[in-house]
Amino acid sequence: MSLIDLSGNLLEVAFIAYLIATLLIGGSIKSNKPDGAEKRANKWGNLAILVTIIGFLSHIGYFITRWIHSGHAPVSNMFEFTTAFGMFLVGSFILIFFMYRVTALGLVALPIALLIIAWAGMFPQDVTPLVPSLQSHWLTIHVITAALGQSILAISAVAGLIYLLKDVDTKKKGKQRFWLEAILYFLVLILGNIVTSAVFNAVGYEAQYSYVDKNGMSQEIIYNVPAIFGMNESATLTEGAMDPMIEVPAFIHALKLTTVVWAIIVGTILYILIRLIARRRIADMLKPLVKKVNLQLFDEIGYRSVLIGFPVFSLGALVFAMIWAQEAWGRFWGWDPKEVWALITWLFYAAFLHLRLSKGWEGNKSAWLALIGFAIIIFNLVVVNLVIAGLHSYA
Amino acid sequence: MEKNVCVCGHENPVGTKICVNCGRPLTEEAKSQKVLDMKYDGSAIRSKTYNKSIVDKVWNFFSSVKVGVALIIITLVVSSIGTILKQEAFVAAGNEAGRAAFYEDSYGSFGKLYYTLGFSDLYNQIWYLVLVAMLGISIIVASIDRGIPLHKSLKNQRVRRHESFMKRQRVIAEGYVPSSDSSKVLDVVEEKMKKLNYKVRRDGEALLAEKGRFSRYGPYINHVGLIIFLIGVLMHKFPGVYVDESMWIREGETRAIPGMEGYFLENKQFIFETHDNDPTTAQIQQGVNAVAKNYQTDIVLYKQAEDALPGQTDNLEVVKEYSIRVNHPLEHNGYALYQMDFRLNELKEMSFQLTNKETGEALGEVAVDLRNPKKEYVIDENTKVELMEFYPDFSGFNNEGEPQTLSPNPNNPAFIFNMITPEHPDGEISFVAIQQTVEPAGDNTYKMAFSGIDTINMSGLTIRMDKTIPILFVGGFIFLLGLAIGSYWNHRRIWIQQFENGQIRLAAHTNKNWFSIKKDLDAITEHAHLPQYIDQLDDEKDKDKDEENDQEDQKN
Ligand code: HEM
Repeated sequence: MSLIDLSGNLLEVAFIAYLIATLLIGGSIKSNKPDGAEKRANKWGNLAILVTIIGFLSHIGYFITRWIHSGHAPVSNMFEFTTAFGMFLVGSFILIFFMYRVTALGLVALPIALLIIAWAGMFPQDVTPLVPSLQSHWLTIHVITAALGQSILAISAVAGLIYLLKDVDTKKKGKQRFWLEAILYFLVLILGNIVTSAVFNAVGYEAQYSYVDKNGMSQEIIYNVPAIFGMNESATLTEGAMDPMIEVPAFIHALKLTTVVWAIIVGTILYILIRLIARRRIADMLKPLVKKVNLQLFDEIGYRSVLIGFPVFSLGALVFAMIWAQEAWGRFWGWDPKEVWALITWLFYAAFLHLRLSKGWEGNKSAWLALIGFAIIIFNLVVVNLVIAGLHSYA
Repeated sequence: MEKNVCVCGHENPVGTKICVNCGRPLTEEAKSQKVLDMKYDGSAIRSKTYNKSIVDKVWNFFSSVKVGVALIIITLVVSSIGTILKQEAFVAAGNEAGRAAFYEDSYGSFGKLYYTLGFSDLYNQIWYLVLVAMLGISIIVASIDRGIPLHKSLKNQRVRRHESFMKRQRVIAEGYVPSSDSSKVLDVVEEKMKKLNYKVRRDGEALLAEKGRFSRYGPYINHVGLIIFLIGVLMHKFPGVYVDESMWIREGETRAIPGMEGYFLENKQFIFETHDNDPTTAQIQQGVNAVAKNYQTDIVLYKQAEDALPGQTDNLEVVKEYSIRVNHPLEHNGYALYQMDFRLNELKEMSFQLTNKETGEALGEVAVDLRNPKKEYVIDENTKVELMEFYPDFSGFNNEGEPQTLSPNPNNPAFIFNMITPEHPDGEISFVAIQQTVEPAGDNTYKMAFSGIDTINMSGLTIRMDKTIPILFVGGFIFLLGLAIGSYWNHRRIWIQQFENGQIRLAAHTNKNWFSIKKDLDAITEHAHLPQYIDQLDDEKDKDKDEENDQEDQKN
């Protein structure tokens, strides 16, 4: 087995381990009935952590073998970066777990890590050679520290979501109930995105089109999903492939739009199915699982993870980034969209800390803020990389 | 000056919420609190005390954390607007009209509006700078406003606190220790606390154990770092502090370096390499077939001799030879030269054969250096070619039929030759451009037949010097240091008093991380058999929720 195959297999092992660990944690909480079964719960919980750690080690194994194979830190394209982010997220969960010893965190942290890793799998996985600007040790140092910081910050959203699942009254109509369910719906949309891509990949769908780009140049493009939207002046090249249903002007990237719309369609169908089968909101389905969590403690975990993550993020995403930019381009800051969004993330968490200190925004409000912070991080990963092109764009 | 006299006789500055001496709550607000607000230990904050003069009002505005947070959020939102469309710095168009046209052509009327409102160069707008400056002022004012009183109160802490202070802490304990332990309980606590790295002070039967006080200075240190950094950034606007120039240099050329007085650069060669990988999926999808591996300019850096006149280049001294690559700039004397751009295969020389159209016989060859064309190319006594006009970047004819050139760069050279031959001593005139020949006089006997080109690579370099880098470094370092101090350590205090009847009263406070102080409390409670503490905030809400949920369960 070659090193790169081994690397791929280790990643799969990690994925499966996280899946099993999630189920174990679910089980440990379910069995935590007031009939004195706490010991049993602890046993399941500890097993879950053990499996998570095994998965994490395997994940690190993936990272290292791929690093050795490609000769550079595997953080240089969408697949690699996103997979690494998933790894750091699990690592941060393990770190916080050993500080506070609450398995319930894994109930949200692990499924989110699973979604992230599966989503990463939709991008081309081959090893890409580095362009000159990326050939620097600062790539490794900057990206790894920034991703680590982001993932620790993300744990505050994990704690926040659990807090809200328990705290928000889902029996009464209201803004909080609506938005809480909206977040869960969004997670299902991501699942929809992954499912669509997996299904069309499995059947080997491929259609090639030619189009005319913004600069009037003729280009070709391959769709791996049926084309809802066609590129500007699109012409179908693949025999028998369907013509796009709607053509869009050149400044919109029709393939990306098509992907998003597919995700929304399939995700919404999935969501409706879940609602029809369970006959409740997803928030209501999760509520029993978080019944026993201590709100005060989860609020503190949320705050603490921001406190731990913020300096790491500042170091990686701002300081190291500036040092690298100075070395590569002779200016420590260039207002590139990715840089601006790192600054926005940083300002947001600064606001989070100050609101908490001075206005006493704790508990419920703080949990919502943590979720907004995570939304910014995800925006930075997805939209800024794929839609707003800049120096850092991997697309 | 007015004073706020506490029952214990201590005179506190006006605005104090908790008596500095004994800890009794002084304001009505503090008295009504179940758990005291321990922000800045209840000391008098200037902005919360004075609000009369204009100075007070301005001071209070900037010291307000509410205003500070508002400024942070506004900066955040405004900054995000700048990422909707490409910023001007990333637009290739050279002049203002070109940029305006770019936004309208690429993004329609939204683009035009975006450009008109200045969002296309948002981060250089004066109002953006004002916003950041206000943020800076806010940080300075707020830090002085709170930092000084906080420092004073942290320095002068009394060990003995009044009952009304102790009982209004978040974590408290009251009760008795087993009588066998009673006499030496504080000694036992002291010893244990010291093991846990607390500093312990005693005042009779009162004890204060404290840890991590320095962490309270963390936010102030990080704010100082931020201010130093901002000052460094502002200094870019001063002349002589910052140099940002660029130059194009051809292979074989030696040129003065703009912005770097007295230095010259020779470009020995430019190298462009690509990876020889199999194309990846992403490459295939995007139709790219090679990934760049290296951009490199091999150079020699020269310095003018001490006594040389400006521009004199005949006795240059070699400073060093180097290969400038991306991520590996040439550094010298505080200046750095970066590999930024390149142009491959720029036309350098074009050769022609002076050829008889009918017989195909060639009289000789003429090679025109496109950067330094000569007036006349002599082949022999009776044969020569005059270059009457040269259009380096030919773009067509104007209304009067005259050829036009776009730029002085030889992108699309065109020539008007006068061919003097034995048959035509007065010459025949021919206009020659790539794939185009015009003969104004009608039918010429001779033509300039294109016979070859010579190309050359050009390298684009950026020259930068930034004297603020050390300041930015210091600022950034102090910021991170303060951040770490404030985030990774916390200030824990535990007050314990023992009364004559043996009763114990304990109160604990930490500025953050209650989980860990409770672990410390668990340790001493067990060790010294102290009464069990309670957390007064330990959520009633939590209990309510739990009950609510249990009821739901029973219903289901
Ligand atoms: C982006 C800029 C800023 C950053 C990165 C920053 C950073 C911080 C951090 C990390 C803390 C400690 C928070 C905690 O431990 O939970 C803090 C505290 C504080 N900040 Fe800022 N800050 C910024 C701007 C401001 C502004 C504009 C103000 C003005 C009102 C301000 C006023 C304060 C105050 C009063 C404290 C509390 C200090 C204490 O607890 O003794 N900060 N700041």
